[in-house]
Amino acid sequence: MDDLIIAGKSFKSRFMLGTGKFKNKNELTECITLSGTEIVTVALRRIDLNRHEENILEYIPKHITLMTNTSGARNAEEAVRIARLAREAGYGNWIKIEVINDSKYLLPDNQETVKATEILAAEGFVVMPYMYPDLNTARALVKAGAATVMPLGSLIGSNQGLKTKEFIQILLNEIDIPIVVDAGIGRPSQAAEAMEMGAHAVLVNTAIATADQPAVISKAFALAVEAGRLAFLAKLPEQKNQAQASSPLTGFLYEK
Amino acid sequence: MISLNEIKDILSNDDPAFLEMLAQNARSLTEQYFGRTVTLYAPIYISNYCSSHCTYCGFHNHHKIKRFKLSLDQIKQEMQFIASKKIRNILILTGESYEAAPVSYIKEAVLIAQKYFSGISLEIHPLNEAEYLELFLAGADGLTIYQETFDRIRYQQVHLAGRKKDYDFRFHAPERAAQAGFRQISIGALLGLSELAPDLLALYEYLQHMEKNFPGVEYSVSFPRLRPIKGENFSVCDINDLTFVKIICLTRTLFPRVGINLSTRETAFLRDHLVGTGITRISAGSNTAVGGYTVCTEEEASPQFDVNDDRSVDEIINMLKSKNFDPVFTDWRSIKNESI
Repeated sequence: MDDLIIAGKSFKSRFMLGTGKFKNKNELTECITLSGTEIVTVALRRIDLNRHEENILEYIPKHITLMTNTSGARNAEEAVRIARLAREAGYGNWIKIEVINDSKYLLPDNQETVKATEILAAEGFVVMPYMYPDLNTARALVKAGAATVMPLGSLIGSNQGLKTKEFIQILLNEIDIPIVVDAGIGRPSQAAEAMEMGAHAVLVNTAIATADQPAVISKAFALAVEAGRLAFLAKLPEQKNQAQASSPLTGFLYEK
Repeated sequence: MISLNEIKDILSNDDPAFLEMLAQNARSLTEQYFGRTVTLYAPIYISNYCSSHCTYCGFHNHHKIKRFKLSLDQIKQEMQFIASKKIRNILILTGESYEAAPVSYIKEAVLIAQKYFSGISLEIHPLNEAEYLELFLAGADGLTIYQETFDRIRYQQVHLAGRKKDYDFRFHAPERAAQAGFRQISIGALLGLSELAPDLLALYEYLQHMEKNFPGVEYSVSFPRLRPIKGENFSVCDINDLTFVKIICLTRTLFPRVGINLSTRETAFLRDHLVGTGITRISAGSNTAVGGYTVCTEEEASPQFDVNDDRSVDEIINMLKSKNFDPVFTDWRSIKNESI
């Protein structure tokens, strides 16, 4: 059994799905079904409470764990307010914190993210903060009570893959809560790469929502995540730059 | 940043293959950053009193049009009607009269709008920072303000009276609004009012300046085209459809994450073709006369501009869906004035 465990809850799938940018909401449902994802994130700002047919929640099956996100928050206070509104509205207490005070690169504000995490974790939220992969911030998030950390692979929507690979590796080495690579994952192979490194899960949105056949691509991502996880568990042999002769330096020790 | 000569080169390049390439690039960037979604909004004109004299405008103080200012009950009635058509983003507009549309009056309109809309934007005369803050705290999140032209000399030639004569006060309005906390700021130039390339460059430079200094704001741009008023043409250059499309594609290329709005000044034909090529936000079911939705009869109403796309909100929704776009109604939820 190799379940992903977040806040005491077990998941078979390590593939998480974002819900923005889809051309129609039925496609979102198809992606959820075909990929087998169990956790999806929805921006509270996009939930239309008054209109049944346009309410995105109507398109997310009930067994899915909903992770409301604080998209639009520019500081900790706004993120906290959005999270509280989401809980009051009945969307549960799983919250993905996005604090972005930068409309050009959409880079997260780590400092404000830590503040919001501290407040919301103390209020009983399961807090999953989106962050720039910085070890000190990740440690502060763990201390603040985060359930996972969600470092970005590259800029949101950029499909550039793991530009921050070395820094994510440091988080994987040092941080003991689940690490979900979020943002910038544009191909199944990049998702697999993150999982091979030891990431606990991957979240994808743009690459799926803007594909010609989103459901098929979502399945491809889910399979890649699974393949990467298996490879990680089976301990991939290390990559070598050249063929290696056996013990050229220490072989003499065994010579008579 | 692009140079003036580069803009001129692009504007003068009429090779269809070049334009198609520009458009393909714009479409792919739009899809990458906005997905296949288009946000809908509707305008509500609450007062057309004006103390400025902008030579090119249908509302200016020398025009003998019927002046209206909606009562608070009428604002409520109009907003109820707009909301009943599914619209959740409202743009509240006034003429440039501080006396007829003081901050206190606009604030009342914002407070009423809070009951019906999740996104509230203003297109009003420029204010000082404290006034913007008052409206922001009342629930307004977005501000639209056009400099009309960034050419100071031309600006003085066409703005003859009122506070609008003050180029700098208007020019710095987006900065004051950003400082006050506004989340969305829309800027633009009135195309045709002045020489095109320098105006575009100035707009781009301004946008870049805003992005650097107020990175937390979501920006969008609009490109209203100057129309003749009562047969009189105030344009110094003709902005034909080809040029218009180039401007939208060029803007998208330079600013991939900036929203581009398209109002019902433009025809249904053009709007339908430009959705997704760069346009991310369109108005729907618009009426541009004060009280035009429910209060005035068509004969009584004096629209600011003639609507060239009079389709209903439902028709716009169907058009978007048929072109494989998801209409977005709600893109923000007020977190002010909440007991949280």
